[in-house]
Amino acid sequence: MTTLTPVLTKNWDQADSFTRTAYERNGGYQPLRKALGMEPSAIVDAVKDSGLRGRGGAGFPTGMKWGFLAQGTGKPTYLVVNADESEPGTCKDIPLMMADPHVLVEGVIISSYAIGAHQAFIYVRGEVLHVIRRLRQAVEEAYEAGYLGRDILGSGFDLDLVVHAGAGAYICGEETALLDSLEGFRGQPRLKPPFPAVAGLYGGPTVVNNVESIASVPSIVDRGADWFASMGTEKSKGFGIFSLSGHVTRPGQYEAPLGITLRELLEMAGGIREGHELKFWTPGGSSTPIFTAEHLDVPLDFESVGAAGSMLGTRALQIFDETTCVVRSVLRWTEFYAHESCGKCTPCREGTYWLKQMMKRLEAGQGTEEDLSTLNDIADNILGRSFCALGDGATSPIHSSIKHFREEYLAHFSHGGCPFDPAKSTKWGA
Amino acid sequence: MSHFPEGSPYDVETRQRLEQDAKDIIARYPQPRSALLPLLHLVQSQDGHITQEGVQFCADMLGITPAQVVGVATFYTQYKRAPMGEYHVGVCVNTLCAVLGGDEIWESLSEHVGVGHDQATEDGKVSLERLECNAACDYAPVMMVNWEFYDNQTPESAKRLVDDLRAGRPVPPTRGADGLCSFKEASRVLAGFNDGRAHEGVQAGPESRIGVELAKEKGWEAP
Repeated sequence: MTTLTPVLTKNWDQADSFTRTAYERNGGYQPLRKALGMEPSAIVDAVKDSGLRGRGGAGFPTGMKWGFLAQGTGKPTYLVVNADESEPGTCKDIPLMMADPHVLVEGVIISSYAIGAHQAFIYVRGEVLHVIRRLRQAVEEAYEAGYLGRDILGSGFDLDLVVHAGAGAYICGEETALLDSLEGFRGQPRLKPPFPAVAGLYGGPTVVNNVESIASVPSIVDRGADWFASMGTEKSKGFGIFSLSGHVTRPGQYEAPLGITLRELLEMAGGIREGHELKFWTPGGSSTPIFTAEHLDVPLDFESVGAAGSMLGTRALQIFDETTCVVRSVLRWTEFYAHESCGKCTPCREGTYWLKQMMKRLEAGQGTEEDLSTLNDIADNILGRSFCALGDGATSPIHSSIKHFREEYLAHFSHGGCPFDPAKSTKWGA
Repeated sequence: MSHFPEGSPYDVETRQRLEQDAKDIIARYPQPRSALLPLLHLVQSQDGHITQEGVQFCADMLGITPAQVVGVATFYTQYKRAPMGEYHVGVCVNTLCAVLGGDEIWESLSEHVGVGHDQATEDGKVSLERLECNAACDYAPVMMVNWEFYDNQTPESAKRLVDDLRAGRPVPPTRGADGLCSFKEASRVLAGFNDGRAHEGVQAGPESRIGVELAKEKGWEAP
């Protein structure tokens, strides 16, 4: 049986975990001292050897991303932390930054040293006031202790770190849209290539990494690549935070090796709420195709989830029981994508609009089986044809719900509306 | 510039204060234009929403046109086009929260308060917003007031919360500062100015701690 492996969440039960005092008491900023005594390239190698893959959803190897940085461009190199956590269901980075902002700050310092950046940013979504306060306080405390600023701990290494609040736009979680937003523009994705590693922030070589990825770096430096790689699966190494939400007895954050299954996690979380059974779930946020009870034993690693027809994404396990209407759920996600589409490319801008119009009609029971083909067809014309992953994400709930729950769509048509009672799926409904 | 309403011109003292704040913000960035989002939060902290005067101020400070500022301000949902309440109340209606009761909360709250999405009450105390996912799904259904977390809500708790806010009774967030600041004060924090309240409130809510507490109970550790 797989057990939990708290590393990033380890100190979240200490009342002062967000302070520098607590962080140092728990061994914090020792990895930084070790890192500053290493060659930067040795840190990049350690991150490569650890097998750490991006924790923001795409799963790209972090060390390899660092290795792609353009050299000798004459422009400064930047590190930008993507803390714009907004993918529906995803709720791991926000509690991490609230409870332990220093592990992110230390990760930023070590990572910047490794890649030769002297200016770093944490781009955090604007709708989380207290998290922003905690991040800023952590940065201030790090400056006071000489962990940031000039000649850090006598190493000769300089680094400035700015906490930058966004202003409400899901699309800014896309790394190039984030860079445009950080430059003071509308957050719209850029055409790639060039990738940020070649021409990113202000046209300089830039690494954009997720909060959890960067926060994992101090432990890799401290304990070593082999230690990190001893957890997880062959190609999906290490630990990750699994966020269980919805119709489970004890929702919350469970940090475990990659490759754990939903069945194992549910056992720890007390199962589906009493008297009910699992109907469908997302393995990694709303942009990952939904799974059903058939997939309870799929190892939650990048390869296995992919082979089963979805994506690991952000390990945002949104869990729904049999009281939940799939069609209503997909409609709401579709409305979300239409609302958040930035408008830059036609397939996504027009496609999400039409998906929403159709889903509204179908949810109201006005449809035929032929409409499901049209719906799939629209989604086919968005998938792979959009500027960025937002458009692709919008098609996931559509395609997967029709695949697994075609009968439920048809039931809406024959019933002339939704056959479910929404009161039963509420937390107080039971 | 018709996307944003006319406000009142800044008097000399206000303008000087805002200019000093703006210079502080701009100095943090390698390129001035990066300060635009913080500057919009700054003028919102002055006016409670984005005004034509605020747009002009941002344009002046960065040497860009008002049209360029408007192009950006209209893109982001946190920049408001009309006065919001002293307490801006959001209800998450993305799928997971909606299914767990967010839809019912929104309907009953909107009816109770008598305003709809992005509208404020006549007394200017409260405004409502239909929110997308706010990254607290394990605490669903979630509400936000001035971007502080109110976890595990019900229609009854939501109505009580808003009644208390309108009556001036303190209602601290579930995970946040010990008491709420105003929407304008929150905007100032977003602009980049600390209010000295980071140490207040819990480090993590019960749902955030659930895994680590279970691990310690069972004696589970990373190798």
